[in-house]
Amino acid sequence: MITFENVHKSFGPKHVLRGVNLEIPKGESMVIIGGSGTGKSVALKCVLGLITPDSGTIRVDGKDATLGDRDAFLARFGMLFQGGALFDSLPVWQNVAFRLLRGSLKRPRDEAREIAIEKLRRVGLTPDVADLFPSELSGGMQKRVGLARAIAAEPEIIFFDEPTTGLDPIMSGVINDLIREIVVEMGATAMTITHDMTSVRAIADKVAMLHDGIIQWTGPVAQMDTSGDPYLTQFISGSAEGPIEAVR
Amino acid sequence: MILTAPLAALGRATLALLSSIGQVALFAFSALSHILRPPFYGREFASALLNVGWLSLPVVGLTAIFTGAALALQIYDGGSRFSAEAVVPQIVAIGMVRELGPVLVGLMVAARVTSSIAAEIATMKVTEQIDALVTLSTHPMKYLTAPRVLAALLVVPLLVGVGDIIGVYGGFLVATGNLGFNPATYITNTWNFLEISDIVSSLIKGSVFGFIAATMGCYYGMNSGRGAQGVGRATKSSVQAAAVLILAANFALTSLFFAS
Repeated sequence: MITFENVHKSFGPKHVLRGVNLEIPKGESMVIIGGSGTGKSVALKCVLGLITPDSGTIRVDGKDATLGDRDAFLARFGMLFQGGALFDSLPVWQNVAFRLLRGSLKRPRDEAREIAIEKLRRVGLTPDVADLFPSELSGGMQKRVGLARAIAAEPEIIFFDEPTTGLDPIMSGVINDLIREIVVEMGATAMTITHDMTSVRAIADKVAMLHDGIIQWTGPVAQMDTSGDPYLTQFISGSAEGPIEAVR
Repeated sequence: MILTAPLAALGRATLALLSSIGQVALFAFSALSHILRPPFYGREFASALLNVGWLSLPVVGLTAIFTGAALALQIYDGGSRFSAEAVVPQIVAIGMVRELGPVLVGLMVAARVTSSIAAEIATMKVTEQIDALVTLSTHPMKYLTAPRVLAALLVVPLLVGVGDIIGVYGGFLVATGNLGFNPATYITNTWNFLEISDIVSSLIKGSVFGFIAATMGCYYGMNSGRGAQGVGRATKSSVQAAAVLILAANFALTSLFFAS
């Protein structure tokens, strides 16, 4: 379980997170929605220690995320980045098997390559992609490789940062379905941030709406359309009228 | 208020400069400490050796040969004003080995390697590849900085050695081809005049300049701003800082080795 307790974060005069409180139960898929620049990515990066909160606590299975063995902590996570964040200098299979080629999870090179190819197959890519470089792949293929890398070491917790941004609707659907299948299959805890409502409906067990630096609403995805929350209703409908300013 | 504004601006600029110096110094110490502590990334180190050393050879060789040749012409012409043309071999040797070899190789490495390191790491930062490294339990200082800094520390002295030899050879070609020097005498004069301390100082300078060049590339890359403009600014600043620091370090090292 991941717990945010009154998490604050500012960048200069901009107070991005103003006391985020949120619980993501073990084995559930939580999607955090909200407009651009509302701090969704910041919240996610705070869990991984990529950004340090100014105050508040983030706990993973009850333990403060900032304490303890960092390598062991990070080994529990997989993450799909918005732009893929694949390493340009490495072929696809070495990107996927990055964690298996070094550090505490290191395996023999042949075994790591086999696992990488199996994970590539799992996300719908053929083995001949393994020796290509990321720059030779389309946007959709890069997302799939990023997804394969995120699941390569069988993590307990997977983060997805805007998984469908920049993809066409069909490819978005494919990635959404893959994420859902993989999360269910692995029994992983998932935290996704997006503003794509199709993704939300495809991926989420629960939804949290982040606006003005706090969680405005949280609940099961099935209750999202009937929540009555003015922020969530406006966000879902995409209306310019409502409590969320259209020009921010 | 109007009178104190320039002082306040000066104060802010001074604080910013001191803060930058402190940050660069801490980064350099951190890079050195990561070189000494495992894990070590052999493939990245080998790749850095190839990039910093082998692939820099053509530009280093060309720079050195033309500089050595021009130096021989200048010394011959200048020396002729007080009938000292015969010192061309000795002055080319000492000029190349003590000063021009290390400084020009250092500046060429700054232009070629510092810029490429800064642009590569800055692009990795902008495209979240550095964040991805962290989430994959890999320390960016160990994976990106330590191999590059160690490679430059070890291989730039070798480049300087090669540059020294090629520079002296450039002087030899001009002196024996155009200025009428006897080849055997030229080589003997060069060899007899140089001292071990000249060569050692040259190599030490190379090592220091290599460290500066790689560290500046990594520092500005890691601290790059956002977008294409951030990458461009990081690249430009890294080369500027490396070039200035190399020249300043050259003066400091020359004072240390030869002032007495």
